Amino acid sequence: MYHKEKSIQIKNSASALYNNLSVLRIAPRRLTHFTVVHANMVNMVSASWDGLNYTHRQLQSKEPNVATSTSLIMQAAFCVLPSRDLLVVTSQKGIQMYESDGSIMVYWHALDTPETPTAQAVFARGIAAVYENYICVGVSSGAILVFDVPSKGSNITLSEVLEEHKESITDMASECSGSQECIANLVTADDGGNLCVWKSGEEFQLLNKIPGFDMSCSSVKLWKGTVVAGYGTGQIRLYEAVTGILHAEINAHARWIYSVDIAPFSGLLLSAAEDSLVRVWHMTITPETNSVEVVHLHNECVTDTQICGAKFCDGDGYAFAVTGYDLSEIIRYIQS
Amino acid sequence: MSSRTLPLLFINLGGEMLYILDQRLRAQNIPADKAKKVMNDIITTMFNKKFLEELFKPQELYSKKALRTVFDRLAHASIMRLNQASMDKLYDLMTMAFKYQVLLCPRPKDILLVSFNHMDAIKDFVKDTPSILSQVDETYRQFFFNTNIGEFQLIRQTLLIFFQDMHIRVSIFLKDKVQNSNGRFVLPTSGPVPHGTQVPGLIRIFSCTGEEITRLKFNNGGNYTTALREGSFDIFGDRVTKLGTNMYSVSRPVETHMSGTSKNSAQHTKVSAAPNPLAKEELNLLARLMGGLEVQKPGNTDTDFRINLFATDEEEEEALISRPDELSYGVINIQATKDQQANAELAKIMGEFTESGDQSPSVSNKGDDLLAMMDGL
Repeated sequence: MYHKEKSIQIKNSASALYNNLSVLRIAPRRLTHFTVVHANMVNMVSASWDGLNYTHRQLQSKEPNVATSTSLIMQAAFCVLPSRDLLVVTSQKGIQMYESDGSIMVYWHALDTPETPTAQAVFARGIAAVYENYICVGVSSGAILVFDVPSKGSNITLSEVLEEHKESITDMASECSGSQECIANLVTADDGGNLCVWKSGEEFQLLNKIPGFDMSCSSVKLWKGTVVAGYGTGQIRLYEAVTGILHAEINAHARWIYSVDIAPFSGLLLSAAEDSLVRVWHMTITPETNSVEVVHLHNECVTDTQICGAKFCDGDGYAFAVTGYDLSEIIRYIQS
Repeated sequence: MSSRTLPLLFINLGGEMLYILDQRLRAQNIPADKAKKVMNDIITTMFNKKFLEELFKPQELYSKKALRTVFDRLAHASIMRLNQASMDKLYDLMTMAFKYQVLLCPRPKDILLVSFNHMDAIKDFVKDTPSILSQVDETYRQFFFNTNIGEFQLIRQTLLIFFQDMHIRVSIFLKDKVQNSNGRFVLPTSGPVPHGTQVPGLIRIFSCTGEEITRLKFNNGGNYTTALREGSFDIFGDRVTKLGTNMYSVSRPVETHMSGTSKNSAQHTKVSAAPNPLAKEELNLLARLMGGLEVQKPGNTDTDFRINLFATDEEEEEALISRPDELSYGVINIQATKDQQANAELAKIMGEFTESGDQSPSVSNKGDDLLAMMDGL
């Protein structure tokens, strides 16, 4: 179904972090940006579609002052809003927002870090662009920061802080089907596996909470009103977001899942884990009849590699890319 | 990242160090009483109260250089001496072994089981004086008492950043086929799944009322079996996992391969050394930690002896010369002396650290500040 394409070499190896690959497809310029986090750096490579040009760029985490130890980056993700695209980088010290090509930093938000380290780690993790002009970022305390983003310029403001989760945020996602009819448009996940479902607006509204049953959730997506969540136990669960009804449960992987992704136009689902496997599934979701179907389509094994990032490169799922711990390349697969 | 990683790193690396030293002491036919003294001295130093207090404070992970300094000092806590080449090799083996254990832990929480395996073995080394370790058990368990699974994964991820890009080939791993010739560890897609995980291969679809409507099987591409029973987290018990147990014996020599490490490793170890390894903050923490390591007076030359991690002295010399630059730890041998002298030594060493690596001008007064801090103690 898929075959391996030429890999893209990156300047450093990928660190073992959840969702450690972000992809932004820029059709007008016929290129795709990829970002991979290595310790305190983001490796960005822009690949032209004809495979002839690769431009590299490295972004460092912002240090409040040089004398303190380096701030490790937890996640880097592209945020696509109607008016603009931004690259958001979250670290132990705060949140940086760049123009999507990584050229200029447009915003910096510092986290409250204590003078001396405490047993509870401090960091930001979990990034999502939400309808219509919000960027949400999670924090280790469980709080979710909601930023209001103007259509241009750097006048980004913190609009709200959502305090519902009690454990560190792991990932979050906005409704990606493009449908305006969905009531819920954000799902957030935490270390305890708890999921919160929200409706965005001037004041975000909590629509539902789905408990975790002591399984940590590391990666989450929202499509056609259905939450797709990947867990540390290797399970993937599909829940109806607003009601919390469990529609499907997949014993998908033998180790901790690090990434799930959806190709919204085709309903393809991608999952990747520490067990070296990337799996492709197909989901059929009909919200009107409340029916959900999932079938398994394909496996790819990245030998001797704990996978930390896997994303579709386009909305149909024609191609996908994978990163692994200690690997200095982005591996690509395209449909045969 | 996690501020609770240092004790795990220290105890597990320390455990590996003891396994290797024990093997070398036997291989070199060091008299039993001397060998026992060395093991006892090192273990007592590792677990002394003041040192443990510093170790268990929530703090960021040290750089490789800084941690190596701590282990250098530890290895010289007794009448045993090691040349630089042997110390380098010892540290390579320790770190690759623990990297392997961290990578292969089925669940992040299992790193505790690996630690308990190490601690069980250490207890056995000092079984004649068991009181040394009673403190540690309690401290360890209390420290990790309320850590949830997500936090254990964060600890694991922090450790993996510490070990990033290390691909030194260890002959015992190559022989056992747990490491490939390019230095990367083998991750099998077979065997028992972790405790709490189901064997992959099943899709279940439910109705709105919770009934199972469909059950589909799929090919998981591997050869998995159901999970084994969970290892014990108690003071005594069967840990189930073999990770963290002693893999060395007299007949299995300890070798590492320096040449032929994958050509990318040079580039990458340089890059990973770049993040300001000894920021002022870290120096202060390190000084406190080292201050807690009680220093032995140097023994008489007739009781002191040298341990060699290589088969012959010539090999050891050769190893020192041929060690690739990018893999050198840049550590100066520390002579164990009286405390005051040691502190001055320490400050000097810290000052010397500023010469190498990308240090920015604003931290050039590190040495002075540290001396001032020492005076205040």
